[in-house]
Amino acid sequence: MGMTMAEKIIAAAAGVKEVKAGDIETVTLDKLMSNDGTTHLTIDMYNNLKNPRIADPDKLVWIIDHNIPADSPKTAASHKKMRDFAKANGIKLYEGEGVCHQIMMENHVCPGELIFGADSHTCAYGALGAFGTGVGCTDYLYAMVTGTSWLLVPETIRFNLHGKLKEGVYARDLILTIIGRISANGANYKAMEFVGDGLKELSIADRIAICNLCVEAGAKTALIEVDDVALEYLKEHGRQPKALYKSDDDAVFSEVYDINLEEIEPIVAKPHFVDNIVPVSECEDVKIDEAFLGSCNNGRIEDLRVGAQIIKGKHVAEGVRFLVVPASRQVYKQALKEGILDTFMEAGAMVMNPNCSVCWGACQGVIGEGETLISTGTRNFKGRAGHKDSFVYLASAATVTASAIKGYITRA
Amino acid sequence: MFKAKIWKLGDDIDTDIILPTEYLAYETLDEMKPYAFSPLRPELAGKIQPGDMIVAGYNFGCGSSREQAPEVVKALGISCIVAKSYARIFFRNAINNGLLLIEQPDLYDEVNEGDEAEVTPGECIKVNGKSYPIASLPDNLLEILNAGGLVKAMRKKNGLE
Amino acid sequence: MGHTLVEKIIGNKVGHEVKPGDIVTVDVDWCMIDDIMAPFAVQKFEEMGFDKVANPDSVVLIYDHFLPATQVDDTRHFKIGDEFAKKYGIKNVHRTDGICHQLMTEAGYVKPGDIAFGTDSHTVTYGCVGAFSTGIGYTEMAGILGTGQLWIRVPESIKVEIDGTLPGNVTSKDIILRIIGDLTASGATYQSIEFTGSTVDAMSVASRMTMSNMSVEAGAKCGLFVPDEKTCDYCRIDYDDSVKALRPDDDAKYTRILRYKAEDMVPVLACPSLVDNIKPVSELKGTKVDQVFLGSCTNGRLEDLRAAATILKGNHVADYVKMIVTPASRKVYREALHDGTIEILLDAGCIITTPGCGLCCGRGGGILSDGEVVVATNNRNFLGRMGTSKVQIYLASPITAAKTAIAGVIS
Repeated sequence: MGMTMAEKIIAAAAGVKEVKAGDIETVTLDKLMSNDGTTHLTIDMYNNLKNPRIADPDKLVWIIDHNIPADSPKTAASHKKMRDFAKANGIKLYEGEGVCHQIMMENHVCPGELIFGADSHTCAYGALGAFGTGVGCTDYLYAMVTGTSWLLVPETIRFNLHGKLKEGVYARDLILTIIGRISANGANYKAMEFVGDGLKELSIADRIAICNLCVEAGAKTALIEVDDVALEYLKEHGRQPKALYKSDDDAVFSEVYDINLEEIEPIVAKPHFVDNIVPVSECEDVKIDEAFLGSCNNGRIEDLRVGAQIIKGKHVAEGVRFLVVPASRQVYKQALKEGILDTFMEAGAMVMNPNCSVCWGACQGVIGEGETLISTGTRNFKGRAGHKDSFVYLASAATVTASAIKGYITRA
Repeated sequence: MFKAKIWKLGDDIDTDIILPTEYLAYETLDEMKPYAFSPLRPELAGKIQPGDMIVAGYNFGCGSSREQAPEVVKALGISCIVAKSYARIFFRNAINNGLLLIEQPDLYDEVNEGDEAEVTPGECIKVNGKSYPIASLPDNLLEILNAGGLVKAMRKKNGLE
Repeated sequence: MGHTLVEKIIGNKVGHEVKPGDIVTVDVDWCMIDDIMAPFAVQKFEEMGFDKVANPDSVVLIYDHFLPATQVDDTRHFKIGDEFAKKYGIKNVHRTDGICHQLMTEAGYVKPGDIAFGTDSHTVTYGCVGAFSTGIGYTEMAGILGTGQLWIRVPESIKVEIDGTLPGNVTSKDIILRIIGDLTASGATYQSIEFTGSTVDAMSVASRMTMSNMSVEAGAKCGLFVPDEKTCDYCRIDYDDSVKALRPDDDAKYTRILRYKAEDMVPVLACPSLVDNIKPVSELKGTKVDQVFLGSCTNGRLEDLRAAATILKGNHVADYVKMIVTPASRKVYREALHDGTIEILLDAGCIITTPGCGLCCGRGGGILSDGEVVVATNNRNFLGRMGTSKVQIYLASPITAAKTAIAGVIS
C-alpha cells in the first residue's frame, strides 16, 4: 500500500521500510531547534539528569529571538543561561539574528528531514518538504540526550490547490480561510499536505506562511512537495536536499479538500481565535491602536514589499503605532537595500530589530487594556499581545498596512 | 518639634535607588512603596515606620527628575530627611510634595542608625544629647511647604481651598 | 559688573539684570513632558483645578521611555497623554519619533536664549544651543501648564575652558566624563556650567549636546554653550545680533574655573556604579564584557553612529557579545540608513533597535542579569539601572564602545 509524504519521512527516520498512520515509531531526529521561550527550562532539567550528555551537539540549533533585546533581568538571565550552555557544549547559537523559524529556513532546514522544535510553529519547515513539529521541553530534552524520540504516525489531510490567488489576495488569506473551514482543531494530530497546480504560483515565502499556520488548525506538521521553486531556494542558500519525497498515488488520506484559489478573498481572523474568520469588509468599523507587520508568518522580504508598496507616499494614521519587524537580519538587509525600511520610516512606522515582537506578546510593542491590534502574527488568543482585555485581529501584510494608514481595519 | 528614629544611608543616594524605573509607572504609591531603596537595601521599605527619618551624606536624590522618588519616601511616612546636601531637582520635588528636607553638615558623621532624634524645624536637631543647628528655608519655599505642597498652593490660587 | 551666560538668558527674559541668588519668576518658552511622567503631570494639573493650559503651543509631549512598550500598562501613558493633548489643544505630540531631548532641538522647538523645562533630568541637554533648560518634577510641570510660569533661583556659574585639538580617539563624551570626575557628582549642584574654549568652538552641536546632557551628572542646573553660527545652522535661524548678545561678559564672575588642554585628554570610562568614578580606558583594558550599548540622548546621534561605524567597518562584534544600537530619533536612523552607516553596523553584527530611550531607562532594549558587564554610551551607571544591582555598567564614548565590542573586552 502507498505511503504519504509524512509516512515516508517517518519511515526513513525510523529506519523501516513502511509505516502507516497510527503506528508509533522510534525515530532519529535530523535537527533540534530551541528558542529562548523555553530553553532555560530544558537546561535546568538537563542539569538535573545523572551524567547527562548530548547525543550530537551538531544537530542542535538554539535561537534567541523571543525577548531580544532583553526586557527584564529575568529574560536576561535566561539568555545568559542559554548562551553559557551553548558556549560550553558547542551548540550553534543565534542571538538577535531573527525569528527562529526564519533562521531555520534560511540556514538549516533540508527536504526530507525530521526536525523537532521547542516551538509550535516548527511545522513551517514543511515549506521545504521537511517534517517539522513542535514539542515541549521534556520531549526536547529526551531527543537532545538520546538523539531519538517516539512519534505517532499522523493521518494526512490533503489540500489540492487549483488556480491562482487574485490580485490583492495573499497566502495568509488562503491559510486563514482553510483554518476557518476545518476549524481550530480540524487537523488535530494530523499532517496537512498541500499539492496541486496552484502551488506553482506560490513562493517559498507564501508556502512558509501556509505551513507555519497549520498548527492553528491543530496539525502536527504541514508538508509541501519539493519542486523547482524549493530547489532554487535551497540552491540560493547553499544547501542540498536530504531526500525528496512525495505521497504515492495510492496513499491513504483521511480527508481531501479541493481549494480553488480564485475564490479566496481577503480575510480577517477576529478575536479571540484563529478560526474566527470573516471577510475584511465585516470589520471596517474597528478602530485600531497598533498594527504589526512581521513574525515567522509574514516578516519576510515579500511581505515587507507588499506593505511598502501600499504605504509609499502615505502616512500612518495619527495615534496608531505601526511596528515593522523584519523576520531576520538577512530580510532586514535586503529591505534596507531596496529602500523599503526607509519607506516605512518616512511613513511614520517603527522599524524594529528582527525578533518575535508583539506576536509573542512580550518584549516589544505590548498592547494595553482595551486596545486593538491588527497583526500578521500567528495568534489572536485572548491576552496574546499584552493586556488580558485587549483585542487582536489577524490579517495579511496588505490588510495590516492599509489599516495602519486608515486607523481602522480595511482592505488594501 | 517632633521625635523620629533614624535610618542611615550613604552619599549619592540616587533616584534609581530611591525608586527603580521598573516601578515608576505603577498607578499608586502603595504599589510603589515596597520597592523604595530596593537596589541598595531591599528590606528597608518594610521596616520604616511612619514618623521615622532618613539621615544621609552628600548629594541625596541625585539623578532623575522622577517625582515618584520624594513621593514614595513621603508615602512611607518619613517625617524628614537630613543630609549634607541634596541634588537640586529632588530638593524642589520634595518641597513641592510637602516633604521636609534639612541640610546639616555634621550630624551624619556623628549619629548611628536606630538613634532617636528630636527635630525642631528651622532651629535644631538633638541627637544623643548634642544639638545640631539647622537653617530655615527661603520664604517662597516655606510658603509651598506650609500649604502642604504645590498642588495645594495652586488650588488655593485657583480658589479651591 | 559683568554677567555670565545664564544671567544674560534669564535677565533677557525677565527684562532686568539678575545676579546669582535672585529668585525670579520666568515665562516659560517650552514645556517638555515625557511619557513616564505624563499621567502624573495630568493628574496634578487636574488636582490643582486649572481649566485650561496657559500656553498649549509651548507644550511638547513625547513618548520615548516606553517605546516600544514592554509592559501591559505602558500604553496607558500614551492614552492619557493623547487625551490631555486633545482636551487642551496641544498640537506638539511625538508618538514614535525618538528620544525627547533629541527631538526638542532637532524638531525645531528650543532656540538660543529660550527657557525650557522638562519632566526629565536630562532636559539640561538644550544648553547645547544656548538655552536655559532644566529638569523639574511633574507637580511643578503641572503648575507651569496652568500658569505659564515658574520661579527659579538664578544660579552661580562654573566656567570650564577647553583649548586645543583633541586626540583622534577622544570625543566630547570623554571630556564631560573627565569634568564630572573632577567636579564630582555633586560638584556643580544648583550651578550653571559654561563650556568655552577653542576645542568647544570646533565641536559640532551634536558633540556639545553630549556635554550639556551630562552636566546634570555633576548636579548642575544647566550646562551652556555660547550659540554660534553652527548653532544657528542647526536651529535653522539667522546668526543675528540677538543671538550674538548671548555671551558672557569678560568680567563675569564664576565660582570656579576649570581649564583643560585638549591634547591631554584620553579616553575614559565611568566605572560602576557612579558617574564620577572616572578611570582611563588604559587602566581597565582587558575587562571582559557581555554587551555594548550605543544610543541614548547622550550619544545616539548620527556622528556617534558614524564614529562607531568607522571602527566597526570590516570587523565583527566578538562571539557571544551583543552590540545594541538605538538611534536617538527616526531622523537619525534615516540619515544613518541613507549614508550607509546602518549597513556597516548591521554587517558587523550589531542589533539595531527602534529609536527610543532603550536600555538607558532600564525598561527594555537589552536588560542584563547578575554578573554581566556592559559598556554603554548613555549617561548613568547607577546601581540597578540596566537590570539587577549585580550588573556592572561602564559609561564610555562611541569609539570606546565600538572597540570594546570587537575585542569583547574593554579596549
